Amino acid sequence: MNPHLLIAIPLAPLIAAVIAGLFGKRIGRAASHTLTIAGVAIACALSLYVLKQLYWGGVSSFNGPVYTWAVSDGVHIQVGFLIDRLTVLMMSVVTFVSLCVHVYTIGYMSDDPGYTRFFSYISLFTFSMLMLVMANNFMQLFFGWEAVGMVSYLLIGFWYTRPSAIFANLKAFIVNRVGDFGFVIGIAALFSFTHSLSYTTAFAAAPHLAQLQLPVFGGVNALTLICVCLFIGAMGKSAQVPLHVWLPDSMEGPTPISALIHAATMVTAGIFMVARMSPLFEYSSAALSFVLVIGATTAFFMGILGVINNDIKRVIAYSTLSQLGYMTAALGASAYNAAIFHLMTHAFFKALLFLAAGSVIIGMHHEQDMRKMGGLGKYMPITAVTCWIGGLALVAAPFFSGFYSKDAIIEAIGLSHRWGSTYAYWCVLLGAFVTSLYTFRLLFMTFHGEERFRKVHAEHGDDHGHEAHGGVHEPHESPWVVTVPLIALAIPSLLIGYFTVGTVLYGNYFGSAIKVLPAHNVIGRLAAHYHGPLALALHSFVTAPFWLAVAGFVTAWLFVLKRPDLADAAAVKFGWLKRILDQKYYFDWFNEQVIARFSRALGLGLWKAGDQAIIDGALVNGTAATVGWFGSVVRRVQSGYLYSYAFWIVIGLATLLGWFLVHA
Amino acid sequence: MHDHLLSLLIWLPIASGVVVLLLGDRNIVAGRWFALAASLATLALCVPLVLGFSSHTAAMQFVQKAAWIPRFHAHYGLGVDGISMPLVVLTAFMTVPVIIAGWQVITNRPAQYFAAFLIMEGLMNGVFSATDALLFYFFWEAMLIPMFLIIGIWGGPRRVYATIKFFLYTFLGSVFMLAALIYLYLKAGSYSIAAFQALPLTLVEQRWIFAAFLLAFAVKVPMWPVHTWLPDAHVEAPTGGSVILAAIMLKMGGYGFLRFSLPIVPDACRQLDGLMITLSLIAIIYIGFVALVQQDMKKLIAYSSIAHMGIVTLGVFLVYAIVASSGTTLDAGMGLDGAMVQMVSHGLISGALFLCVGVLYDRMHSRQIADYGGVVNTMPIFAGFMVLFALANTGLPGTSGFVGEFLVILASFKASFWYAALAALTLILAAGYTLWLVKRVVFGPIGNDHVAQLTDLNGREFLILGVLAVAVLLLGVWPEPLLKVMEPSIQHLVTQAAATKIPV
Repeated sequence: MNPHLLIAIPLAPLIAAVIAGLFGKRIGRAASHTLTIAGVAIACALSLYVLKQLYWGGVSSFNGPVYTWAVSDGVHIQVGFLIDRLTVLMMSVVTFVSLCVHVYTIGYMSDDPGYTRFFSYISLFTFSMLMLVMANNFMQLFFGWEAVGMVSYLLIGFWYTRPSAIFANLKAFIVNRVGDFGFVIGIAALFSFTHSLSYTTAFAAAPHLAQLQLPVFGGVNALTLICVCLFIGAMGKSAQVPLHVWLPDSMEGPTPISALIHAATMVTAGIFMVARMSPLFEYSSAALSFVLVIGATTAFFMGILGVINNDIKRVIAYSTLSQLGYMTAALGASAYNAAIFHLMTHAFFKALLFLAAGSVIIGMHHEQDMRKMGGLGKYMPITAVTCWIGGLALVAAPFFSGFYSKDAIIEAIGLSHRWGSTYAYWCVLLGAFVTSLYTFRLLFMTFHGEERFRKVHAEHGDDHGHEAHGGVHEPHESPWVVTVPLIALAIPSLLIGYFTVGTVLYGNYFGSAIKVLPAHNVIGRLAAHYHGPLALALHSFVTAPFWLAVAGFVTAWLFVLKRPDLADAAAVKFGWLKRILDQKYYFDWFNEQVIARFSRALGLGLWKAGDQAIIDGALVNGTAATVGWFGSVVRRVQSGYLYSYAFWIVIGLATLLGWFLVHA
Repeated sequence: MHDHLLSLLIWLPIASGVVVLLLGDRNIVAGRWFALAASLATLALCVPLVLGFSSHTAAMQFVQKAAWIPRFHAHYGLGVDGISMPLVVLTAFMTVPVIIAGWQVITNRPAQYFAAFLIMEGLMNGVFSATDALLFYFFWEAMLIPMFLIIGIWGGPRRVYATIKFFLYTFLGSVFMLAALIYLYLKAGSYSIAAFQALPLTLVEQRWIFAAFLLAFAVKVPMWPVHTWLPDAHVEAPTGGSVILAAIMLKMGGYGFLRFSLPIVPDACRQLDGLMITLSLIAIIYIGFVALVQQDMKKLIAYSSIAHMGIVTLGVFLVYAIVASSGTTLDAGMGLDGAMVQMVSHGLISGALFLCVGVLYDRMHSRQIADYGGVVNTMPIFAGFMVLFALANTGLPGTSGFVGEFLVILASFKASFWYAALAALTLILAAGYTLWLVKRVVFGPIGNDHVAQLTDLNGREFLILGVLAVAVLLLGVWPEPLLKVMEPSIQHLVTQAAATKIPV
């Protein structure tokens, strides 16, 4: 494979981002978006070309350096690419979704003063994610890892005058840094054993590392420590409990970034990383159990939060958390390709859902509260239909893309014998009901039923007495730059599962890119029963996840459309539960009231007591004061009066004479 | 010219400083331009220094040696190796923005101001290039005088307290170093640093000498708990003073450890490395928390400097723990590499951050975080720079701030899991205090009427910050040229540090 072609893939969006960022004002809005879209389009086209080469062209994977970043003590740390089928799949998904988001942004951000800056950021984001995905070593992985964190910091705080946005971006960065803290220790641990930062060396060393013990925490397996530390990094990026807290708040950014961050980039980084590191994780069942339990917990409990939220973007955000939990749980069950497969289908339908939500928000004149929507399907048919496609994919309706990926995850976890797999199975199984419940609730509240926006506007008018010119803002369908990306994403959301499940999931698409030990190969056992996508879908009508999804549909219909009063009654009856859910299990409370407060108090204590009182007060100024005091004492002797000196001379003389006389 | 290049690097700025002084405040326009030209000429002298430098040897290069005080066998000996050369370049590089930053801002005795910085530059170059301990000590102490004046004359309201604290603190440490140097002279019969490094010493002698060096260098770095002079000095110092203080003067401490402590008393270092690593980790964590609660921008950055220098001292003293835990010197040099890169990088980043604060201070005459808020609305270009340097300060990959931290953390795991875990806390703490500062100062709605009237960077300020931004990014994206220059000297240092000097 031509290395120059590979270099062009991340470089095209980078160059576009730099030009749009530095000279955006000068070259204008149209030039900025044309340039950045062209950059991402080039990256996308080249990625697809490489995909074609690798899969159909019989070209072998590429692993080589681009340049030597640093040589320290004989260790060559290089910037380089590892391009195999896993990488190129990610590259294609990332660039395709990013391209859709770029086009969509033209419409969504059309009247924003930061238009060119926004394009620069999202292109930079694409570059960062590509560097992360394409890396063949841990230094570059960490570069991409932190770079997506940095750009997400800029993007979440894009509307920097909003206090909630700049709170959210700081929070996102710091929480991600907590994950990175673990990640960098994992990298350092791996380095200390292998004396190298390249993937190849690390993978080769894995069986050996699994035999080593480290004398910390009373003796711990070296590989387990490495994998758990690396996974802590993934927990930050892929928003797994308890490091998930940044993701819902990140909805403060403009909607296109939600599609970019939460669908195709950033949050998938952790999932991708663990799959990439499968040759390491495979040798540590303890670490995989940890991954499994964390993922399953996130999948179930974060999904529930989606049920009680009324902000359309936040519901989808919680859905993202839950779906990432599914992917993580799949990783924990050694079903890496199922995780990546779900990552791919999810990237399409989740980007679609976010963009559709954005379209609704535009149509509703920047209203995000679903209680003020309803019946929008009539006014925004394209948005409604595409959103329904995304929703059906999300709930794993047979034949939709999400069905093929999510069902495989549930079944794979069911087959797994890893410690924690029973708990995980129940979580992901019941999660199917939860997913269905919040998804249909969202669809019903937004597109069907009573047109509540009329009531809201009427009340609004009454309150302020503006009936004369108030009236109702009729919702409207969005312009073509918004709907075309919706359609472009709806097609893969609908079809990609059906057409690729045989290859990516049950075929040998990944080859050696993902390593699964024979004893853990749950997907292999599923594949034995695989008889094509049609049979799989038909078979699903007699399985539990399908009927749980149906139950979710019925419940949502009952509570939203048929008897809305039941929901209120339930909220009163289960007040304690609602309180816990409203407080999001008290994670935010704990972080803000305990951790943040403790840190500030500790800092203040160390500063006031340590630095100011003890070091400066007692020691430094104390020394000065002691010297000063001593001087003031000694000064008395030096009075300057002649009689005083004469007196002391006489006394001294007498004392000395006396001493000599006595001792002589 | 090669024979006198280092002399030129020392005496050209000093002589130019004298000329600026003579021109006086009346000819300040000419004086300023002359000062700028002199600083640029000094920087230009670094071009042959870098190009003529061979990165294949650990030996001193551009060596110059002449008798100085024959009675005491003291020489005027100069030379640079891979450890000192980058620091000389850093000094020359950072003086230019300092001169430009003071351009219209300094109205009180401007001639003396510019002269002081030029003289400082020469003296600092002297510290880094002296191969004779007495000459080193001469520059080391002489350097205090211009800095003392800079803080004392152009400083803030509590400048007298700050200057005296600064002077006494650093002077106290240095006096013990002088005692140690004299002792070494008496044993070696010369003031040559190379002779000191070759001198066998018993463990008891080494320990005393180590303690004396430690006092001098720890104060300069500064290490916890002898750091309290720094926040006071920074807060009171004018912008240029803060920049030089943070960017160059703190590096003298790190340089001292590398040039004196490790090679001259390796056995004492080996014995006491636990202490040094503990103090470094305290600096990283304790000071990180203290930085979090600062109300004054300059104080916050000053504390951040102490925490970042903790990474440097950690990297320096990791050598022994790595050798002890792995039995070889493999990867021992990585900690030193990291320490050196971190020093250069911190010079750029902290200098840039102090310049950013200076930009704000010149407009608002306040350093209090609470007086700001939403600066981005009125100063978008400035905000861009500030956010960049802040992110670099958090050690973001792609900026120079990442390289040193990364290498030190990698090396530290080799020594101990706990060292790595504690050192890596800097990732979280630095992000916390730096970005919280950014949130409160740069982002948000316009905080008050004063912020609403701010004007964005002028051409002069844009130039300075732009050059620094390019340097920070360049070093982050491609640190290899710097590492390559250092490599033989670092390897040599590892050999020296790992050897024993106890006579048998």
